[in-house]
Amino acid sequence: MPQIIDRTNGRDWRGAALPLAVLAVWWVVTTLGWVNTRLIVPPAGVLKTAATVLTQADFYRGVLASLVRDLSGFAIGAIAGIAVGALMGVSRWSNRVIGPTFHTLRQISLFAWLPLLSSWLDTGDRSKIVFIALSAFYPVVLGAFEGVRGVTRAQAEVARVYVFTRRQTLLRLILPAAAPQILTGLRLGLIYAWIATIGSEFLLANYGDGLGNIVFKGRANFNIELIIVGMLVIGLIGYGFNRLADLFEARSLRWRKA
Amino acid sequence: MSLTADVPEGLPRDRSAPAQRSDRQAALWGFAAAGARLLLIVAAGLVLPALLFTLWWTATERHWVPEQILPAPALVWQSLAELWHSGELQSHLEISAARVSWSLLIGGSAGLLLGLAMGLSKTAKAYLYPTFDVVSQFPVLGWIPLLIIFVGIDEPLKVSAISLAVVVPVAVNTLHGIANVPRSLFEVARVHRFSLPQVIWRVVLPAAGPSLFTALRQGVMQAWLTLVFVELLASSEGIGYLMVWGRQLMQMDLVVVGMVVIGIVGVLIELVLGTLEARLQRWRPAAY
Repeated sequence: MPQIIDRTNGRDWRGAALPLAVLAVWWVVTTLGWVNTRLIVPPAGVLKTAATVLTQADFYRGVLASLVRDLSGFAIGAIAGIAVGALMGVSRWSNRVIGPTFHTLRQISLFAWLPLLSSWLDTGDRSKIVFIALSAFYPVVLGAFEGVRGVTRAQAEVARVYVFTRRQTLLRLILPAAAPQILTGLRLGLIYAWIATIGSEFLLANYGDGLGNIVFKGRANFNIELIIVGMLVIGLIGYGFNRLADLFEARSLRWRKA
Repeated sequence: MSLTADVPEGLPRDRSAPAQRSDRQAALWGFAAAGARLLLIVAAGLVLPALLFTLWWTATERHWVPEQILPAPALVWQSLAELWHSGELQSHLEISAARVSWSLLIGGSAGLLLGLAMGLSKTAKAYLYPTFDVVSQFPVLGWIPLLIIFVGIDEPLKVSAISLAVVVPVAVNTLHGIANVPRSLFEVARVHRFSLPQVIWRVVLPAAGPSLFTALRQGVMQAWLTLVFVELLASSEGIGYLMVWGRQLMQMDLVVVGMVVIGIVGVLIELVLGTLEARLQRWRPAAY
């Protein structure tokens, strides 16, 4: 999610109250045995599982497999998305040809593609990567399209005055001017790619390896500690992607402040 | 729309200097040209679907791919018609729609309350926002294995997972909307000694309307995405289940029917929301 509210100056301890309260309640109810500790596992158990899981090579292999899948799918989807979005933005007729089909196909909820893709390609990496690429593709196309459409006539006229070549127009006018929206599209694409990665690993849990597979098998074995650890890792990776996107966005748009 | 020729180099077209002819013939010509142009635009939009359909049709007709992998268009149409006439499709859709509606109601109200609380009270924001900010960036799908342990794989799973997916976009956009309400409006409300319900009803809702609509739109989108996911994951009815079933029986026509139906519902949702939004925007300027 994009940053909405300015971070308040300094550390505000009140923000820590809620997580601490949750942890405290969790610890108290499990220690005093007020709840079924097989279902609501004690925090200590989760920590212990985390300690063992995080030293296992298998776990990192799974995480790595997921990350590689996620990023390769994202890269394919992002490149294709920028190309298609920019084309639709630059040329009205290509927008008229591609647009209606694109906007109709976009209405097919993402995961509905998975059964078809998994039986067309395979249940391993290929179908997952295509699926992840597709999930990143839509937001990137929309971002690139809006960005290119946002290039003002005044800017275009300057380029015409300087007799920019086609290549110069693209690289020195259109892409920089459209950068903010493209970056927004890329960030959304990154979020959707991670959702698609984990989702496809859950749905095809019996095939291949990945973080999602590990977590989902934990469910089958009723290993709640493992599920919680996996969930946190999935969440933290998603959070990390967002932070990275923030940093990248701030850095690559710094020139605009000048 | 202007009738100037395409400007090369992808530069925006020049829309200045419209033709100044005012005689009747010119108007007629202009009308005809505009009509022809509209026709051409519609035709352009149909090129790609026609190509894809021809490819699909030819591939199955010439047996380039086996039927189990790519069903013929006729077969898909036949299955669709059969499912419709037997009422099976409607009952699946009804179940899916009920799941989405309940979740929108539950998740939407929770998100709205959360967003209002954080938006209107600095104290609530100080306590809740840091946690919300982090947790909302966790993908909702990651929660599902844990939800399965706690609520099983039946109806509560679907409703709780979809509700969770709705909470975040609704809360974020509500908060965003309130943050963008001009402070002066709140000051006026304070001068008039508005009560909290009055502030919400007469200041926040009208001023943050567009953001709240975005909240609804994104909530519906997330609900729809998550619905299909949970139905594919674990269900015995609903539109996603139809696809899982078809996939297991290697009846790809059912899978394609599922996709077509999901696509049509998606288009309909988009149409309804688009119309509502247009109406909302028409109402807005009149309010001031």
